[in-house]
Amino acid sequence: MIHRPSTARFKPWRAAFALLLAASAALAAAAPLSPSAPAPDFTLRTLDGQKLRLGEQRGRVVLVNFWATWCGPCRQEMPHLNKLYEKYKASGFVLLGVNVDDDAAQAAGVASKLGVTFPVLPDADKRVSRQYDLSAMPSTVLIDRDGRVRYLHRGYQNGYETTYDKQIRELLKE
Amino acid sequence: MPTACRGVAVAATSRLLGALRLAGRHAALAARARWARWVAPLAGLIGGALPSAPAAAMTLPEDTGEAIYHLYDGGGVTAQGPALLVRKSLYDKVSLTGTYYVDMVSNASIDVVTQASPFKETRNEYSVGADYAYRDALLSVSYSNSDEPDYKAQGLSIDASQEVFGSMTTIKLGFTRGKDDVGKKGEGFFDYAKHWRYRLGLTQILTPTWLMSVNFEAVSDEGFLGSPYRAAQVFGTLVPERNPRTRSSRAVKFGAIGEIMPRTSLHADYRYFWDTWDIKAHTFEVGGSRYVGESFLFDAYLRYYKQSKALFYYDNAPVETLYVSRNRQLSTFNDIAPGVRVTYQYKQVPGKYDIKGHLNYEYQRYSFSDFTDIRTGQLYSYGAHVLQLLVTATF
Amino acid sequence: MNATRIRLRRATALLLVGGALSLLLGCSPIEPWVKPYERERLADPIMKAQREALSAKHMEHIHEVREGARGANGVQGGGCGCN
Repeated sequence: MIHRPSTARFKPWRAAFALLLAASAALAAAAPLSPSAPAPDFTLRTLDGQKLRLGEQRGRVVLVNFWATWCGPCRQEMPHLNKLYEKYKASGFVLLGVNVDDDAAQAAGVASKLGVTFPVLPDADKRVSRQYDLSAMPSTVLIDRDGRVRYLHRGYQNGYETTYDKQIRELLKE
Repeated sequence: MPTACRGVAVAATSRLLGALRLAGRHAALAARARWARWVAPLAGLIGGALPSAPAAAMTLPEDTGEAIYHLYDGGGVTAQGPALLVRKSLYDKVSLTGTYYVDMVSNASIDVVTQASPFKETRNEYSVGADYAYRDALLSVSYSNSDEPDYKAQGLSIDASQEVFGSMTTIKLGFTRGKDDVGKKGEGFFDYAKHWRYRLGLTQILTPTWLMSVNFEAVSDEGFLGSPYRAAQVFGTLVPERNPRTRSSRAVKFGAIGEIMPRTSLHADYRYFWDTWDIKAHTFEVGGSRYVGESFLFDAYLRYYKQSKALFYYDNAPVETLYVSRNRQLSTFNDIAPGVRVTYQYKQVPGKYDIKGHLNYEYQRYSFSDFTDIRTGQLYSYGAHVLQLLVTATF
Repeated sequence: MNATRIRLRRATALLLVGGALSLLLGCSPIEPWVKPYERERLADPIMKAQREALSAKHMEHIHEVREGARGANGVQGGGCGCN
């Protein structure tokens, strides 16, 4: 017998596959940082060895960007962040680039090739990333002058930099 | 259960059921006996999965250019030619791909030499495709067209890929519909062959250094599924082969890949295949990759394939049957193939572009258990060389 | 197709359905254990099953033409979990 009737047996399979994909519709990563909560404080060293503490930036608007050399969208975002840094740094704006590569030297290399002027803070042991419970790469956190988290952006898509610009300006006005 | 979860669950399920019902109604009109019933849920799944609001999103494939010279030389057949691939993204939303593939075949294989005379012909294939990233799903559509003097094939594919569970799991669904025109030299195109392929895949991140994957594919064929030039042998006499006009197959593949040491990875796969022609096949592959120095990447692998014969396959049929074939591709055989790959990074500017040169070589050894070489009367076996020379660039 | 095969298929289907339901309704009782910032090794090209599309296409063509088996050689997902 060459042909074997078999479609009837596959009904439970179809239901299984349908539900498996429907499961994706329900999954949304929970946001561990809630708006207006104080931003977790951290201290990291810059590439030149200087210690930099988030708490000391009170009174200034801070954008913390978590990035890695192996993440395409992160590299795409860097030049845009650099432009924003150059534009607003004189108005009390601080941009911190926390890098999560295992190798800080590689991060330094890529940062200089991309022409980055804002401080790059290696977080090789992922301490700060865990503190902020990142659910996407890259992640961008906007902190106001009182040290509270106001905006959280997960991932990077073309056009996000316009939103960052608007939000930075809004926070600077406060 | 948290109310938010329940609400989302209800919304998702009702939306999914609605989409399924709608797709089902459409699919009922496009009546195709067995596997059409899969198309409805497939359409419904894609429709139902999209309107979610995930935190993450898929990235489009990188812009790429690839050029290859490929060669297959073995069993009396030499097939070689160039192929080209270009992929470019537009507005960060859509990625377009174009491929052109040329196969110049010089055929003096055992079938050809014992039943006819050696010949040369060229096959041209082109394909175009588009990838669209929508939130955390990637949709791909592609069309391919293959053209040779006595065989034309067209195919349309649609694939959906979705990241779930914090992007640790990727679920893929795919469907391909193919239609071929079968011809014979001197007679023109006399018949057709239609194909349906359904794919389901799951990739799961196990640890920061290990991945596993499961893939399932069901293929259905209908029409003229043999070769108009090939003969079968019954009671020592050559007769034209008679193949069934339908074939249905399933394959499931398990794989794992992991970084066992810094700059070194190891992978292993196993695929089990079975179909309605009674063929059962096992495919094993193990291999490793290692970076050497600043610019080199080496791969080494071993592939082992083993299959059992089709129900109606005979080297020399001792009985008259409805279907009979002497196609050695349907016989009991195994093939063992070790291979190596060398990649040289010519130039790299991170974030800008990357140019690489590749050399891939594989030696395949086929050993047939129930196909004899008519010229010698011995069981047939042969070795084949596969060579690929590539230049690839990402930008 | 014997009774054991049917039972095995039903059990696997039930497992899949159960797993999907738990993901859907329980909103994932298990937390993703590999965080996006831990995906560096997985983003490396040596962790990809197929690196060059044309090379894979050529090999797939050779295998499908010369062997009776086909399919299930889908491209792997995984990746860096970016975006």
